[in-house]
Amino acid sequence: MKNIGIISRKELKSYLSSPMAYVVTAVFLVLTGTFFATYLASTNYSDTSIRGFLGAGQILILLFAAVLTMRLIAEERKLGTWELLLTVPVRDTEIILGKFLGSLAVLTGMLVLTFYYPILLMVFGDPDLGPIITSYLGLFLLGCASLAIGIFASSLTSNQIVAAVVAGGILFTLWFLGIAGNFVPGALGEVLSYISLSHHFPDFIRGIVDTKAVVYYLSITALFLYMAIRSTETDRWR
Amino acid sequence: MIRIQNLTKYYGKRLAVDDISFNVDKGEIVGFLGPNAAGKTTTMRIITGYLMPTRGDVWVADYNMANNSLDGRRLIGYMPEIVPLYTDMTTRSYLDFVARLRGLDRKRTKSRIDEVVEICSLEEYIDVFLGKLSKGFRQRVGLAQAIIHDPEVLILDEPTIGIDPIQVAQTRRLIKELGKEHTILLSTHILPEASMICERVIIIHEGRIVAEDRIENLSTVVKGGNRIRLKVQGPAEKVTDRLRQINSIREVAYEKPFHIVEFPADQEPQAKITEAMVQSRWTLLSMESVEMSLEEIFLQLTTEEETGS
Repeated sequence: MKNIGIISRKELKSYLSSPMAYVVTAVFLVLTGTFFATYLASTNYSDTSIRGFLGAGQILILLFAAVLTMRLIAEERKLGTWELLLTVPVRDTEIILGKFLGSLAVLTGMLVLTFYYPILLMVFGDPDLGPIITSYLGLFLLGCASLAIGIFASSLTSNQIVAAVVAGGILFTLWFLGIAGNFVPGALGEVLSYISLSHHFPDFIRGIVDTKAVVYYLSITALFLYMAIRSTETDRWR
Repeated sequence: MIRIQNLTKYYGKRLAVDDISFNVDKGEIVGFLGPNAAGKTTTMRIITGYLMPTRGDVWVADYNMANNSLDGRRLIGYMPEIVPLYTDMTTRSYLDFVARLRGLDRKRTKSRIDEVVEICSLEEYIDVFLGKLSKGFRQRVGLAQAIIHDPEVLILDEPTIGIDPIQVAQTRRLIKELGKEHTILLSTHILPEASMICERVIIIHEGRIVAEDRIENLSTVVKGGNRIRLKVQGPAEKVTDRLRQINSIREVAYEKPFHIVEFPADQEPQAKITEAMVQSRWTLLSMESVEMSLEEIFLQLTTEEETGS
């Protein structure tokens, strides 16, 4: 447990000392802010919700999770520090979980910075807080799953760009499977929908917390973190 | 302290380490010697738990690295060939990170950082980013992180590679100093380095151990004999012929102005040589025993290996 903390703190520090996290956060805020405002304007300020922010936010989270995680393991390989991490008395699981929590802290920070959208709504109107809270829960869970997928992709290579592309590939495939699911009839369509990242998100926007959806995002997170751990182990058996 | 038994490692189909066995006793400094790609790094990576062997066992203290890797890793300080540095960290934050992962508490981490920084002469670079350090200092930080937890066993992979001669001398002195309290296995392809630092060397070539002995014994191991260098005032050819008549001498060679005499390890022909020279009325100017240099030993071992296979 202690080791997870040491590694996640180190990762967080390294995010905060490089420009990348700031650039990602800034772009995230600019884009989501724009969508938030234009949505409000398009409803003539009658719908005091964060739907505008959510529409852009859910896709941007996929994208930025891939960017945030791409260096986590790939760079260690390139620097040779992977050899250090794998020879100190720390479990492979602790390394992966530490890296996951470090990146999750940045992503959570990004989400917290968007709190000013609902705060604005509360100051100037009377928004329904229920769906706003569940939406944030949804974004957080989607973020967890996306980061786990990104870490898995980073564990496969020593090239950050390759890691980002692989992560993006997996993320957007899983996302758009939901749309494909709508057109495929029968059981197969349902299966495609169920394993899609996008299928479970609208409930959160509507203010519904479906256990199935929560379990789904947590399972995806656990599955890809587990695969990242296994991929680390495989390194030793080269 | 380190026990290696029938260790074999394949990378896919390529055989990197071929059934090697050796021990390193507590307190020893052992040199792991061989040309590039001989299997030194692979062996060290298996000892430190970074890689799993294809076959065979490694014990560090009483821990088998295959199933007790974590306990074994606690006892080891490891400096890989490519010094593992995070370029965006300072020397201090890096050493702090490694120390904490090595299980040191905050207080001990602080005091150990001060100690190793002093040992490795890094005082001026403590708050410099690692990415800005020169090769020599990177190497020293690598050594500092390896000893931060005061480990019983030190594994150093080519610790002096790529640094300037003055720093090489300093690093060697430092390793020798560390050897007083630690068990050290260090790899090198520089032969004088091994003879300078190590008490014992293991020579590895193409994944196999070709020789293993204390430095001073190795010359005997190789030829199965000793050598004496003579300087004689007299006709070179006649001196050679006369020396050949002494039956405890196996071979005589003339390398101007010396006669090199080789004889089996269990013989002591010195008295007979002096006698023979006096009888022939030649003056014996000097007589000294010669140890074969590690270069010669190495060359002989590896070339024999090649002609043999």
